[in-house]
Amino acid sequence: MRPTLSELAVGQDLGSRSIEVTRTDLVKYAGASGDFNPIHWNEAFATGVGLPGVIAHGMFTMGAAVQLVTDWAGDPAAVVDFQTRFTKPVPVADTTGTPEAGAVIEVSGAIGALDADAGTARVDLTVVAGGQKVLMKAQAVVRLA
Amino acid sequence: MTINPDLQGRSYPAAEVYDVGREKIREFARAVKATHPAHFEVDAARALGHGDLVAPPTFAIIVAQRADAQLIEDPESGIDFSRVVHADQRFVHHRAIVAGDRLVAELHVDGVRAMGGGAMITTRSEIFALTGSDAGGDSAGGREAVATTTSSILVRGEGQ
Repeated sequence: MRPTLSELAVGQDLGSRSIEVTRTDLVKYAGASGDFNPIHWNEAFATGVGLPGVIAHGMFTMGAAVQLVTDWAGDPAAVVDFQTRFTKPVPVADTTGTPEAGAVIEVSGAIGALDADAGTARVDLTVVAGGQKVLMKAQAVVRLA
Repeated sequence: MTINPDLQGRSYPAAEVYDVGREKIREFARAVKATHPAHFEVDAARALGHGDLVAPPTFAIIVAQRADAQLIEDPESGIDFSRVVHADQRFVHHRAIVAGDRLVAELHVDGVRAMGGGAMITTRSEIFALTGSDAGGDSAGGREAVATTTSSILVRGEGQ
């Protein structure tokens, strides 16, 4: 069942999910996106430019966070506008060879605004890693029936 | 190295064509941990009214960052890629990107603002799908607006 605009209310909770991230995930994202900046896969390079270590691509975090919206909306194409600011890096520890995650990104969503004329709902995402908000103004506008 | 303030207002015309393939959509979807069947199964995408597999909402970054590379690699820009930090990103979709699309991007430099010893640079990619004979069809060639992406990058100055 896809959500319908008339049944939604501002402030409505759309749930949450935890996204486990490993160094392997960052390598996969680098290959899939074409963003091979070594700060996302090489510890020495990352610390050499003053980072705490290898960090996730901001676009990995943004792309993974919106899945909560896509799955709720029932159609990926319903997301007509999606924006964010990248405020904090997400360091990903090297847990290679263990079943542990190198970082955990917590995503939750709520209805931020409704526009009956445009037929859209704005979903505001809260995205936290290591106790800090890593995305700000993470907003997805979804077209609904 | 300082950022060239004359970059503001500069445009780079659509260059190479990006062919959107089914396996690339599946690969990118897995990479962002997407599981919606419309990214993976053609029948699931068609059941939602799409012509083919649907790209995830941030897929256009592939095309946008290729367009951005024209600016970053332009020797006149003065941008040191190793000092670039992604500050913000927006995708406005005029229609969904689906497998089989042949995309081109026009890059516009909308803003250049000095910040400390560095600069904040805002770029916009207007992404179009080729249509008709330009996409291998029989009708007259043309292009259709697919997405507008905007991105700000912070180029850190020395000591930042």
